[in-house]
Amino acid sequence: MTTPATSASPTSMEVDRLLSEARILVCCGAGGVGKTTTAAALAVRAAEQGRSVCVLTIDPARRLAQAMGLTELDNTPRAVSGIDTAAGGRLDAMMLDMKRTFDDIVLAHADDARAKAILANPFYVSLSSSFAGTQEYMAMEKLGQLKATGKWELIVVDTPPSRSALDFLDAPQRLGRFLDGRMIRLLTAPARAGGRAYLKVFTIGVKMFTDVLNRMLGAQALKDLSLFVSSLETMFGGFRERADQTYKLLKEPGTAFVVVAVPERDALREAAYFVERLETEQMPLAGMVLNRMHTSGAAELSVERSIAAAETLNATGDEPFAAAALRVHADRLSAAIRDARRASQFHAAHPRVRMVEVAAQASDVHDLEGLRAIGADLATNPVGAA
Amino acid sequence: MAEFPAVKLHVVSGKGGTGKTTIAAGLALALAAGGRQVLLTEVEARQGIAQLFDTPPLPYEERRVAVARGGGEVYALAIDPEQALLEYLEQFYNLRRAGSMLKKLGAIDFATTIAPGLRDVLLTGKVMEAATRERRGGGRIYDAVVLDAPPTGRIAKFLNVNTEVAALTRMGPVRNQANSVMTLLRSPRTAVHLVTVLEEMPVQETVDGIAELIATDLKPGAVIVNMVRDPLIPEDRIGDAAAGSVDTDDIARGLKVAGVEGDPATVASLAAEMSDHARRVMLERQELETLSTLDRPTYQVPYISDATELSGLQEIADRLQAAGMV
Repeated sequence: MTTPATSASPTSMEVDRLLSEARILVCCGAGGVGKTTTAAALAVRAAEQGRSVCVLTIDPARRLAQAMGLTELDNTPRAVSGIDTAAGGRLDAMMLDMKRTFDDIVLAHADDARAKAILANPFYVSLSSSFAGTQEYMAMEKLGQLKATGKWELIVVDTPPSRSALDFLDAPQRLGRFLDGRMIRLLTAPARAGGRAYLKVFTIGVKMFTDVLNRMLGAQALKDLSLFVSSLETMFGGFRERADQTYKLLKEPGTAFVVVAVPERDALREAAYFVERLETEQMPLAGMVLNRMHTSGAAELSVERSIAAAETLNATGDEPFAAAALRVHADRLSAAIRDARRASQFHAAHPRVRMVEVAAQASDVHDLEGLRAIGADLATNPVGAA
Repeated sequence: MAEFPAVKLHVVSGKGGTGKTTIAAGLALALAAGGRQVLLTEVEARQGIAQLFDTPPLPYEERRVAVARGGGEVYALAIDPEQALLEYLEQFYNLRRAGSMLKKLGAIDFATTIAPGLRDVLLTGKVMEAATRERRGGGRIYDAVVLDAPPTGRIAKFLNVNTEVAALTRMGPVRNQANSVMTLLRSPRTAVHLVTVLEEMPVQETVDGIAELIATDLKPGAVIVNMVRDPLIPEDRIGDAAAGSVDTDDIARGLKVAGVEGDPATVASLAAEMSDHARRVMLERQELETLSTLDRPTYQVPYISDATELSGLQEIADRLQAAGMV
């Protein structure tokens, strides 16, 4: 009722159908829009409708993590207790430990001596534990691993709180490109300079590059870096292939993206980038979840009318409680109208994106009951029903 | 009285959605008031400053974006890691031309994206350069620099990246630069302010963020509570209303006095909204209580509906000034 009559309402996202058919669901969007909660709510609902589900979360709020039983950080999915398994489903959850995921790759792909050298290399330690960007690579890697086990009918992934939601898509390919690139050959050149005949210009490039690095970082650091990169190269071997495979996984039928946003300008702009990018990449967008939508049950009493009435009461000093109630209502209805307008603007710009909204909650969600309520909201609330 | 008179570099962080860019801009305006020169920088390639001041996207160049009260000026710079690296190479090695060669080889890409630690070193290095300029040559001298920094969850890591790099590189100019960045960041000339709103997660992240800053030897500055709204409900009714007990007769009678038609359904909706409001007021007070245990100077900025207009930014600046932050 608060959606302007001029634009047709967006098609609702059919959440329950999605949950019964999808094999991978990727929740993405700007930071602070409720991605993790949305991912968890979708996973709980799918599990209670009978599917075997795994949810991979990246950085859940502490109390939500506790509610999901994510207290053990062993980088493997654990059963979530309290899930209604009457329909035959189950839910496992895990929180990504990026360093451990990285370490596991090293251990799986290098012999003992080499693995030991890599794990102790200062560049590796830094790259694997603290450098931003590693999280995206490792989230993709973990998704690939979970999928490969074939243990779950549905995997729900929460994406890292990146600078940009697009980092999640770009990181693996960037790493693949890098490992295949000339940079690697440059950095590993000292190790194999004797063997092969490089083009002259390339040799000059190598020399200049190592010179600069030497001057900037010092010889020991260059040696560490060179060793690190060359061991990575041999270890990863087909890393690019793996990155490509994961990327393909994201394009397969059965994979769907859910863009999460809130009705604020920045979050909607980020969502728009993502929607456009998915279209370009021909990746399947299931729809957009619009969290924290304000609603009012008394839209028939307009903002203007409420304010005027409150002013009338305030002028006489009578009925201060009713005056306050009118002001509260005016605030709430304006917020609902603003949110609905932003939603319909987004819809006008992206008419094919299916949308579903979740009402603003009075407090944060930190138990299964709260996740169930959100799941129910997701399944039943078309946009514009405020 | 300004709370941070010795501070030259104000780092502003906050959880996504708390309005940290808006507060950073308001702080820059407040610092510039009375004729001072202030640089407002951003490092996340979001062009948030340009959007805020309604200017075309900022190039890698210091541009004036606003004039403050009393004639001060706010300049803005969107720091791009690639440009910062090329500038760095030129400055220290006279290697501008080598830069394009390195770019072809993918080395620039490596430094700025694949090894994101280096990216943060370049970004913080450029901020330091702007904050420590001296008279002889080298560009405009600023009285203060405000950094619209990465979000609270990453701020300690972001600022501490130079320590890691200094540990990786045992010698050479990168190590020297990393060390001097850390020296500035740990000195009394830097303060890291955290912006929050009165909700559970942002407050929790603020608490965690301050602990992380202290653990990494960085100095937490102020806590800025953004988008604060005064309670509309009379004080003595908050408890009952939050518990779900709202006198609908009160509302119905009031509507009648004010000449508004209100059927029982409307009255019931208004009562429910009043309950929600009271609950939020109580939650907000609880969060404020949590923040007060942090023992940091805390400033409240009211909810401003046009916070992204220049007038809104000026209002934030005035509030911060009136509250004694600047």
